[in-house]
Amino acid sequence: MNAHTLSRRNLLLQGGALVVGFSLSGRGALAQATFPAVPTDGFPKPVAPDQVDSFLALGADGRATIFSGKVDLGTGVQTALAQMAADELDLPLDRVSVVQGDTALTPDQGPTYGSLTIQKGGVEIRQAAATARARLVQLAGERLGMPADALVSENGVVRPKSGGPGIAYAELVKDGRLDLKVDPAAKIKDASAFTLVGKPVPRLDIPEKITGRFTYMQDMRVPGMVHARVVRPPAIGATLESVDEASVADVPGLIKVVREGDFLAVVAEKEWAAIKAAEKLKAKWSSWAGLPEQEKLWQHVRATKVTKDDVTSNTGDAEAAMGQAAKVLEASYDFAIHTHGSIGPSCAIAEFKDGRLTCWTASQMTHALRKQLAAMTGLKPDVVRCIYVEGSGCYGRNGHEDAAGDATLLARAVGRPVRVQWSRADEHGWDPKGPPTLVDLKAGLDAQGNVAAWSSQFLIPEGAAGNVPLVAASLAGLPHETALSPGNIVHNSAIPYAVPNVRTVCHRLASTPFRPSWIRTPGRMQNTYANEAFLDECAAAAGADPLDYRLRALKDPRGVEVLQRVADLAKWQARPSPVKDASGDVLRGRGISYVKYELYRTYVAGVAEIEVDRATGRVRVSRFFVVQDCGQIINPDGVRNQIDGNVIQTLSRVLMEEVTFDRGAVTSLDWASYPILTFPDVPQIVTELIDRPNDKPWGAGEPSAAIVPSAISNALFDATGVRLRSVPFTPAKVKAALQAS
Amino acid sequence: MAQEMSLDVNGRAARVTVDDTDTPLLYVLRDDLGLHGPRFGCGLGQCGSCTVHVDGKAVRSCVTPVSGLPKNAKIVTLEGLGGPDRLHPVQAAFIEEQAAQCGYCINGMIMQSAALLNESPKPDEAAIRQALAQNLCRCGTHLRIVRAVQRAAGTL
Repeated sequence: MNAHTLSRRNLLLQGGALVVGFSLSGRGALAQATFPAVPTDGFPKPVAPDQVDSFLALGADGRATIFSGKVDLGTGVQTALAQMAADELDLPLDRVSVVQGDTALTPDQGPTYGSLTIQKGGVEIRQAAATARARLVQLAGERLGMPADALVSENGVVRPKSGGPGIAYAELVKDGRLDLKVDPAAKIKDASAFTLVGKPVPRLDIPEKITGRFTYMQDMRVPGMVHARVVRPPAIGATLESVDEASVADVPGLIKVVREGDFLAVVAEKEWAAIKAAEKLKAKWSSWAGLPEQEKLWQHVRATKVTKDDVTSNTGDAEAAMGQAAKVLEASYDFAIHTHGSIGPSCAIAEFKDGRLTCWTASQMTHALRKQLAAMTGLKPDVVRCIYVEGSGCYGRNGHEDAAGDATLLARAVGRPVRVQWSRADEHGWDPKGPPTLVDLKAGLDAQGNVAAWSSQFLIPEGAAGNVPLVAASLAGLPHETALSPGNIVHNSAIPYAVPNVRTVCHRLASTPFRPSWIRTPGRMQNTYANEAFLDECAAAAGADPLDYRLRALKDPRGVEVLQRVADLAKWQARPSPVKDASGDVLRGRGISYVKYELYRTYVAGVAEIEVDRATGRVRVSRFFVVQDCGQIINPDGVRNQIDGNVIQTLSRVLMEEVTFDRGAVTSLDWASYPILTFPDVPQIVTELIDRPNDKPWGAGEPSAAIVPSAISNALFDATGVRLRSVPFTPAKVKAALQAS
Repeated sequence: MAQEMSLDVNGRAARVTVDDTDTPLLYVLRDDLGLHGPRFGCGLGQCGSCTVHVDGKAVRSCVTPVSGLPKNAKIVTLEGLGGPDRLHPVQAAFIEEQAAQCGYCINGMIMQSAALLNESPKPDEAAIRQALAQNLCRCGTHLRIVRAVQRAAGTL
């Protein structure tokens, strides 16, 4: 029996369990752990994306449960999805619950990445809700003998517009299900009818998180569970030659040393015992030194074999136009390898029971993970269930999925539910990395200084947003993916400006030093950084004001609007960079940047104001201004929170962050060796949102990060007259550049 | 050797058995007492997400062995600081300011701030930023956190 079923009674129970689990008991882990096992006597819960019942169920208690394949990674989208569904269903927000990322209960709406949760996931849920509401009105009409257009739905009841008693949703639907297909033509509410969408609704999860009642993945416990820690090779490609199990024989409560190929871990009754055993375990590994020398990273990237070229734009004849240009500029930009840096290291629990595997995971892609776990174990996907439990923020594909792979191997090895908690060094050392990016740019200016020809070459690893191979599967020699999956990193390599001759090419590399994956704004950040900083170089060469220079070449009115509004917000003074009267110990400058995300959605413009300490090379960002147009805004407070996060996190990446490594492994294994921005250095952020309630909603989780590196590079140039082209802009690099100038 | 210990956690006496008296307080609180407030972040005392109060002071429980606690130490976790029906002013201010994204670090932010306000009820913004300089947030919620602490201190 594989069908996961819900009955009307169970739905009620589950709704109750969810509420209790998240809001009151502080012991929600167990409530949530038992939640999926309840249904036995009802109807099968569909998950097909064309069925309304896949997305929502109406409870006998008048509540609706939304089933979302997209998950809340700490960005607040659970609340936003509930707002969208509640408005479309005409229910108050407190009668809507959201179940996220459970492969047995939620449709596969694709991984939670790419700023698509509202834009795709929410829009699909909204369509299902609109379909449901239309059917409820129709059913009520049949009961009341009235046409649908004489009825109105309101607060969970359908009633005649003319007045009189209505019928509650729960009375209209049998067993809480509607049994109909999502109607792509079902009418979505007009923006004027929204009561929740567009409002700064407080987040549903915050009270529990503030009082210690929330159950993160790291808090989950299941009956009979034991604890494990992994013991990774000291060098990435080292093989395990021998293990001295006697070295941990005295650890109390040790259950097993598990070895499978080069996969090594310890399992113990208690977590501290597992930690101690992992530290004490003596193992002999082969030597391996397959990483490039860090000092020669960019030479290594240039020397890596190119497997194909992706031409991302090709207009006119850039090469010929370059030959006729009044002035030609050339520059190369690089962007360091970054780690996700989740504050809570990855964690997962797996349990084998009755031939089935259940994995509790903070994965951003439970449906894809399910297939990976099936492939690794040889199980059929339909006996594998992955259940999302929110973890520490991941900002992309961090180690959560890998921890799930670890837990699965270990649960199979010891025959009990196993919780794997990565250490800080596991997370910094073994999460997949944002790959190094190198960009060569060339521009030809005409006699008026405008860009007449633009040509760029991006050296980036091949692949797209597939499954990143699981560490456990790779180490254990079990089936796993071998292709690189760095994310769709070609986006925004083409430019949003009207330049007559453009050719942008991504040279896709056969390899990259570390297992790559996506980190917030993958590719779009690096590519926009190079493009917008180099465009500033062109503006400076033309003696033009950087804002005016952009506006001259920008034909998109929504783009023009964000730029003009951010200039107003920042009280931008029109003048060329660099600033003329640079003197004194502290140099001040401003920089502007712009992105149209993936060249079809969310528009962002930003201005950075910075100070540079001439003696130390230290950069301090005092204020950062952002204007964003992401179409219809679901929750403006949530969007502002995301913009703060994008700016602060990206400033950290741009000013400080760089994964360090020797020939064998990552050496930046903690927060001392991989420092991030802290409170004293966080700038003021001034945000203005452009809401377009009648338009489609677009993503907000990533786009504003894309403009940050270039805004800083441009402000640095404005302040100092020196162009920084290598992220991170550390004090040492800035100081050296100042001294060389 | 397994050893039984008595701890005063959130105003209640708790008896726990540890195999190793070097066990950091964090694991006793989380694994033996089932608390969710203090969080594992680094195990190195670098990030602050494990912060609890010991006799009113903010302490990093991931590097505090249970054997090293002062005698009759009063331990307070985020759960004990205040609950849904009796929020601590700092907690109320964090909700008011919606000062969380993933929220994983927020335990440390609140416990550190509450300890700060105990000692210095009216810190200015710079003092708040300095007091939280060793608490890491990766989501970038810093500005809301500072505003929440200012609100709790009545300085907004």
